Amino acid sequence: MSQHTTYREALREALREAMLRDSRVFLMGEDVGRYGGTYAVSKGLLEEFGEARIRDTPLSELGFVGAGIGAALGGMRPIVEVMTVNFSLLALDPIINTAATLRHMSGGQFSVPLVLRMATGAGRQLAAQHSHSLEGWYTHIPGLKILAPATLEDARGMLWPALQDPDPVLIFEHAQLYNLEGELNQHAPVDICSARVRREGGDLSLIAYGGTLGKALAAAEQLAGEGIAAEVIDLRVLRPLDDATILASLRKTRRVLVVDEGWRSGSLAAEIIARIVEQAFYELDAAPARVCSAEVPIPYAKHLEHAALPQVPAIVAAAHELCG
Amino acid sequence: MSAPVPSPRDFALGLLRDMLRIRRLEERAAELYGQGKIRGFLHLYIGEEAVVVGALHALAPDDAVLATYREHGHALIQGVPMTRIMAEMYGKQEGCSRGRGGSMHLFDARTRFFGGNAIVAGGLPLAVGLALAERMQGGKRLAACFFGEGAMAEGAFHEALNLAVLWQLPVLFCCENNLYAMGTALARSQSQTDLCAKAAAYKIATQVVDGMDVVAVHQATGAAVEQVRAGQGPYFLEYQTYRFRAHSMFDPELYRDKAEVEQWKKRGPILAYKARLNAEGLLDEAGLAALEAEVEQEVEAAVAFAEAGSLEPQEDLCRDVYTPANAQGTP
Repeated sequence: MSQHTTYREALREALREAMLRDSRVFLMGEDVGRYGGTYAVSKGLLEEFGEARIRDTPLSELGFVGAGIGAALGGMRPIVEVMTVNFSLLALDPIINTAATLRHMSGGQFSVPLVLRMATGAGRQLAAQHSHSLEGWYTHIPGLKILAPATLEDARGMLWPALQDPDPVLIFEHAQLYNLEGELNQHAPVDICSARVRREGGDLSLIAYGGTLGKALAAAEQLAGEGIAAEVIDLRVLRPLDDATILASLRKTRRVLVVDEGWRSGSLAAEIIARIVEQAFYELDAAPARVCSAEVPIPYAKHLEHAALPQVPAIVAAAHELCG
Repeated sequence: MSAPVPSPRDFALGLLRDMLRIRRLEERAAELYGQGKIRGFLHLYIGEEAVVVGALHALAPDDAVLATYREHGHALIQGVPMTRIMAEMYGKQEGCSRGRGGSMHLFDARTRFFGGNAIVAGGLPLAVGLALAERMQGGKRLAACFFGEGAMAEGAFHEALNLAVLWQLPVLFCCENNLYAMGTALARSQSQTDLCAKAAAYKIATQVVDGMDVVAVHQATGAAVEQVRAGQGPYFLEYQTYRFRAHSMFDPELYRDKAEVEQWKKRGPILAYKARLNAEGLLDEAGLAALEAEVEQEVEAAVAFAEAGSLEPQEDLCRDVYTPANAQGTP
C-alpha cells in the first residue's frame, strides 16, 4: 500500500504512531507545541496529545537535553527536538559527557533511551550560524547512534526502532528535505543498522546520506546518460557505519566517491575513505575521492552559498575524473 | 541555638556514626592515594559530612540522588556498600561502577544513586528530568541534587532551576556552599553572593542552613522534603559548610589562609556533634570508642575487599559502550 506524502508529514505520522503506541513517549523542545514545530513537523500534535506530552520548553538546550536524559533514566521514552544542529552546540555537554558515557561509565547500570531529533544542513541562505552540517562530528562519539533519514520511508520508519533502542539515538533531518514529496510505501521494512543501495551500477560507487543523497542520485542519472553506471549508496546510519554494504559495492565497482555536506577536514567522508583504504586498498582501481563543502563559514549570498556546498556538477566532474 | 538532638537515641547516634563512616573512609582513601593504590582525582568531603548525613536521612530510601565528583559520602549514605566504593577507587570490577568510573563516578542503580557527575552543574538538568519522569508516571519520589556553590555560575544551574519551577517538579536542589569553586572564592567569581537570593529569582522556595550542624541540616531538609513531596514545587537549600582538605590531591592550597581553615575546623561537624551528644548524656567515652572501632572495622573490611578484588578482563574494554542485546536497559 502506498500513499502520497511529504517528508514532514511522514515524520509527523511517525511521532503520532509512537505517542499512540507507547504512553512513555513524549516530545519536548522549543516551539514543538503551540507553534507546531519550527519546520511544522509537530503541527496538530499538541491538540491531540496535550501539553504534558507535547511539551514546549524555554530556550535552554543544555537544560532540556539534560532533562531528557534524566527522564529517560526515570523510565520515560523522551523524544527531544533541538530545533537545529546549530543549537545542539549549546547541549554538547549533556549529549557527550552524559548520554554517551553513562552506560559504560556506570559499569553497565544505566542506559539512556533518549531520541534527539534535529534539523541539519545548509541551502536556505541562513548564513554561517544556521547552516552547519555537524552530524559527522557526532559520529566521533562512542555511545551514540547517528541516523540520517533521506527518504520518505526512513522519515516514517526510523523513529520507532530508535525509540526501541536502549541507547541514545540522534536523528538528523536535512532541512532541505522537509518538503520532499512522493509515494510512501507503508510496508517498507526500516531498520537502523544498515546502509542501502538506492541505485545499482557497476562503474563507480557514490556514497551519500541525508541532504546529499538526492544530489548523488541526480548525478548518477546524468552520468548514466554519459555512459557511466554509478551505484548510489545511502548510508542512512552514520554511526555505527555499515562497512559491509560499502565494501560490497566498491568490490563491484572498484571506484568510490563520497559526497558529504560536512567540511572536508576531519569529516565523515574522511572516515569512510580511511576504512575503505584499510580494508580494500588492493581492490581499488583509483584513489578514493570526495566532494565536500568548501572550508568556509557558509555565506549568506545565494551564489556563494551554492558554491560552498556539494553540487551535482561537481559530483559529475569528480566521477569523470575517477573513471577517466 | 540549634534544634534539640533528635530522638530516639539510636537515630541520634546513627547520625554521628554516618559522619564518622565518611570521615574514616576518606582518611583511609587519602592514605591509600599516597601509597598509589588509588589514582586519578580524589576529592575529599572531609569537613562537609553533616550536609549529606543530615540531608539524606531526611529523604526516603527510594528518592533519586545525584551528586558531584566529591561524592563518596553521598554514595555511602544512600546505601552503596563501603566495600564497593573502595573497590571502585581501586579500579576493581567489584567496584560499584566496575572500576570504569573511579572516585568521581560512583553509580548504583539499586539505591537510585545516579552518580558521580564530574562536570560542574551537570547533574542538575538530570535531576529535573528524573523528577519530570516521576511526575508523568504519577509517582511520589523526589530527585535530590547536590552541587557546590561554584555550579551556580554555570548556565545549567539557571536552566535547571527555571525548568523545575516552571513545571513545578519535585526536585530538591542541595547547594553545598563551601565558599570555594576549586580555588576561586565565591566573592571573586559571582556578582550575587547571597545564594538564596540568586535562586529566589526563579521563584523557588529557599532556606539557608548551617551545614556544620547535622541536626539543623536534618531538620531543614526534612521541612523542605515535606513541602516538595506535597506537590508545592522544587526547593533550594543552601548548606553553609567548609572543605577542610585541599580541593584534590594535587592542590597546594595557595588561595586560602591556614588560619581560616583552622577557624572552620573548630566548628567541625563531628567535633561539635560529639560534644552535644556527650553533653546530653547520650554518648560517653566508652560509647564513642566502640563506635570508632565499629567504623574502623568497616573501613578495614572495605580495604580488604578492594585488595582482594579482581581487574576487569581487558577483553571487556568495549562492553557496555552500547547496551548488549540480551542486557537490561535502564530499569
